[in-house]
Amino acid sequence: MTAAVDAREHHLALFKAFAGNGAAGSPAWLRDLRGQAIARFAELGFPSTKQEEWRFTSVAPIAETTFALSHGRDAPGVTASALAPYWIAGPGAIRLVFVNGTFAPALSAAAELPRGVRAGSLRAALASDAELAQRHLARHADYQTSPFAALNTAFLSDGAFVYVPAGVELERPIEVVFAVATDGEREALVAHPRTLVIVERGARATVLESYVAPQGGVYWTNAVTEIALAQGARLEHYRIQRESREAYQVATTHATQDRDTVLRLHPVALGAALARHDLRTELAGTGGELILNGLYLLRGRQHADHHTVIDHAQPHCASHEYFNGLLGEQAHGVFNGRIIVRPGAQRTDSKQTNNNLLLSADARADSQPQLEIYADDVKCTHGSTVGPLDETALYYLRSRGLAAETAAGMLTYGFAAEILGRMEHAAVRDELDRVIRGRLADRTRGGRRGAT
Amino acid sequence: MRGSGKPERESALLEIENLHASVEGREILRGIDLRVNVGEVHAVMGPNGSGKSTLAQVIGGHPAYAVTAGSVLYQGKDLLAMKPEERAREGVFLAFQYPVAIRGITNAYFLRSALNAVRKARGQEELGPVEFMDALEDKLKVIGWDDSYLNRPVNDGFSGGEKKRNEILQLAVLEPKLAILDETDSGLDIDALKTVAHTVDKLRRPESATVLVTHYYRILTHITPDFVHVLSGGRIVKSGTKELALELEEKGYDWLREEAAVG
Amino acid sequence: MTGSIEAQVLQPYKYGFVTDIEADVIPPGLNEDVIRVISQKKGEPPWMLEWRLRAYRQWLKMTEPHWSNVTYGPIDYQAISYYAAPKAKPRLDSLEQVDPKLIETFEKLGIPLEERKRLAGVAVDAVFDSVSVATTFRETLAKSGVIFCAISEAIREYPDLVREYLGSVVPHNDNFFAALNSAVFTDGSFAYIPKGVRCPLELSTYFRINASSTGQFERTLIVAEEGSYVSYLEGCSAPVRDENQLHAAVVELVALDNAQIKYSTIQNWYPGDEAGRGGIYNFVTKRGKCLGRNSKISWTQVETGSAITWKYPGCILQGDNSVGEFYSVAVTNNRQQADTGTKMIHLGKNTRSTIVSKGISAGRGQNTYRGLVKIMKGAEHARNYSQCDSMLIGDKCGAHTFPYIDVRNSSAIMEHEASTSKIGEDQIFYCKQRGLSNEDAVNMIVNGFCKEVFKELPMEFAVEAQRLLGISLEGSVG
Repeated sequence: MTAAVDAREHHLALFKAFAGNGAAGSPAWLRDLRGQAIARFAELGFPSTKQEEWRFTSVAPIAETTFALSHGRDAPGVTASALAPYWIAGPGAIRLVFVNGTFAPALSAAAELPRGVRAGSLRAALASDAELAQRHLARHADYQTSPFAALNTAFLSDGAFVYVPAGVELERPIEVVFAVATDGEREALVAHPRTLVIVERGARATVLESYVAPQGGVYWTNAVTEIALAQGARLEHYRIQRESREAYQVATTHATQDRDTVLRLHPVALGAALARHDLRTELAGTGGELILNGLYLLRGRQHADHHTVIDHAQPHCASHEYFNGLLGEQAHGVFNGRIIVRPGAQRTDSKQTNNNLLLSADARADSQPQLEIYADDVKCTHGSTVGPLDETALYYLRSRGLAAETAAGMLTYGFAAEILGRMEHAAVRDELDRVIRGRLADRTRGGRRGAT
Repeated sequence: MRGSGKPERESALLEIENLHASVEGREILRGIDLRVNVGEVHAVMGPNGSGKSTLAQVIGGHPAYAVTAGSVLYQGKDLLAMKPEERAREGVFLAFQYPVAIRGITNAYFLRSALNAVRKARGQEELGPVEFMDALEDKLKVIGWDDSYLNRPVNDGFSGGEKKRNEILQLAVLEPKLAILDETDSGLDIDALKTVAHTVDKLRRPESATVLVTHYYRILTHITPDFVHVLSGGRIVKSGTKELALELEEKGYDWLREEAAVG
Repeated sequence: MTGSIEAQVLQPYKYGFVTDIEADVIPPGLNEDVIRVISQKKGEPPWMLEWRLRAYRQWLKMTEPHWSNVTYGPIDYQAISYYAAPKAKPRLDSLEQVDPKLIETFEKLGIPLEERKRLAGVAVDAVFDSVSVATTFRETLAKSGVIFCAISEAIREYPDLVREYLGSVVPHNDNFFAALNSAVFTDGSFAYIPKGVRCPLELSTYFRINASSTGQFERTLIVAEEGSYVSYLEGCSAPVRDENQLHAAVVELVALDNAQIKYSTIQNWYPGDEAGRGGIYNFVTKRGKCLGRNSKISWTQVETGSAITWKYPGCILQGDNSVGEFYSVAVTNNRQQADTGTKMIHLGKNTRSTIVSKGISAGRGQNTYRGLVKIMKGAEHARNYSQCDSMLIGDKCGAHTFPYIDVRNSSAIMEHEASTSKIGEDQIFYCKQRGLSNEDAVNMIVNGFCKEVFKELPMEFAVEAQRLLGISLEGSVG
């Protein structure tokens, strides 16, 4: 408890320095927002496992570490060649790279963008697109209930800004890379990256967020992503979390979907010692469609906790959620998926599945699918499984001539590949396929180290 | 095997003697004797619960079935000592009554992996993706499929009929010496049955043999068996030729049980 | 669905009468003296009083839980009378000594106590407010060595058995309501099935709340020795009143090696009126322990009554190969709220559990399934299968499913499935087209939806359960 109080005081002190220093030149509305957010954080503090939402995930390791703010720290070691192995979206991508929370134009690959499209630094957008930023920032990700979203909002200074104007169909993916540099740092760093994605009426885009640490080490990423889809917009969104195996990540992704929108979210968690992702989408207009297609692939003592909320606020929406977890060694996977169907949200069609594969005797899975339904004309289902590889499927594969080990490897891969199969962007899918095959091969060789 | 004479030792593909097997401590097979020679088609029939599928699974090597007595020789070798994958590589193929869905793995990848495992064991070169697709073209035609089925996950979301066709596609690709078809005809409509039966018939080779495990006569109107065996209570209670199957079609299985009880 | 059914008359709760009987009621309020009075009235040994007081002192330190998905106003624990009993002789050795008004009451409830009218094959313990008034077929049971009596009697007559097992499954400080119950419980049933005995009769307890401003705190303990079998059923009802009455029971089951306990509940406490006035708060702790190898505990519940239901009958699967089952139908109509489900704790190897839950929400009812499946590290090859289905009738009600799944053994297999959907309009239309009334159509469909659970009930009660379901849903289909 005292550690949590100390930690709170520490972050309040960091904020004081931040507000008096680098953030002083910001517009008044932003300074107000930050002030409200830090006040809220001061009230909420770090959560404890006594809180229902945090029952299975202790943030004590984060509270007990004294972090220094990463903003503006030099990172000479993070070069284009150091980052190149982490590119996912292929050579045609528009790439935005952020190091220690700050936009790094030299590492980014800008491109000729269709008229009106913005893909750049949020800090720049605060000046150039102030009205848009003000209209959307902190409107989707609620900092009143989450201390982590509050903290991110308090330290809001840079991040990615993507804006696709009405009717524009952007073919090339936008890849946003957040890297933390740990070399030469005496203290553990904390970064609060922010991403804002706005897709206007009838527009279409593919955005990929990637979290990496080429130098490994202990640090904390506290990320917030806000997504706003206007009527008829379509967004394919990937989030590939490959933090250092010693790092912590807390992430908040909140999306708001207007009428007839299609949102396809693909969160993939591979890295971090401790990762927590709160993902919430609100189907706020009729005819909305959501695919939430997630994967967590953990080993060692990794712990990843996904809390998802799909809020059906309007009728005639469909949501399909799939989360597969592969848990090796002493890994612990937590899934909590809530589907809310509000009064009047008739004709809701909602399906949710969470499947967990336990690959070792010490792995552990907690699964909490939840349906909360206040309308009657609905079709909602959820399913959850936890278990080892299916014996009958193993036998089936062996009866076709595959060795037992090959059969087990194929089933394990298939468990992950099922999620990859729903990804629409071929280059992204293929690269992730390569990453995951590598991870699984590493596992069967008994390897534990190496890049995640 | 009663009433089938003594064929040449060299041509025996499968020799089952006094086979007893149980599942979860319950004895299902209680002394099966059966000899299958190359070039033959055998039909194993019987009422539900007679042990037909157990016999098929024991030959396939299902881990849940324990052989408690007897022997099974395949090409003169002890089949029961082999792992399921070794049996497959030696040319034993079991078409499952309930084919298993493998999520996330495409049919093409699965088939190629299986074919290459079998080819490798036979000392043949493994096929790359392109050669494999070439080799597959004809096989697909045989069962009347286009290659859209190849990119779907194995049996995942397949209808009952599609699953059975997929088993036959695997049979066509793997070219086994001994094919055991476990109720491949059940759950098929008349057109699908015809396709499956004709495919199996077309795939017959002089050096291979087929065992059809079935509840119904109707598949036998498309594939003529050389021998028909009736299983009841875990034993073969009667063997004969196609006429026996016809008799069963007319009278059902009850009379056999009565006969067995009297005899 | 349209208004044709809305016009249908809502049938009143059929068990809402009050028996006018002189009662011995202690004044409302709770303190150590009240507990001493209860213990004294029951003629209890000192160890029992000590146990109660320990529970009471624990309870004082606890706070009322509010994590469930139900809402209700504050409960004034000092406004409840903790003991009410019909004035009668302290010991009832034969039925002639029972007040005819009580016999008549139970007869009206469909529970005849008189020898010639008794339900064949069912031994009944009848509990009226705080005391057991009669137990039938005791001699028949005694012949096979089965003990079936009021728990207060068991405390006096079989103290060693009671001391060994009371609180061994639900400790006196388990939770707020269990601690309260441990402090003030007045009656309930005790059943003991000796080694190797298959209980020749169904055992049954019928609980009736009659007096106003009282709470009922019954305690039931069933012990099944090695290789024994028992099927037990409880039923209940209460008068129509504007006040909310608290019912906080504790049930403990213990199954030793190869023993089987089948526990069925038909819960029909007064549910309150359409506006949500009155009704019983049914806050109950029920738990079974499969202590022995190959033992089995099966819970079946049909929950149609109560304003608020808050209960999670669970199984601790400690013995290797033990089996736990939970079959539930819960109906909430009007303003009823239910937060119910089960807890399956797998400790032993090859333990298996099955959960089948059917929730039906109508009117403004809120129905929540909440269940825990926990497979601990040592539970090699444990298996769980859970299926939770919810049906919604009308657009003002709610159905919620909150399973908690925690698996710590990689050889264990856990599968959970849930669905929520509206009552099938096609099915209703089909039935109506064949000449059934809307109400009959709904009844038929709902009964079909619950079939998997009803088939677990003993025959005599399955029929009763179906009938009750029909009554609870009357007027709900709009």
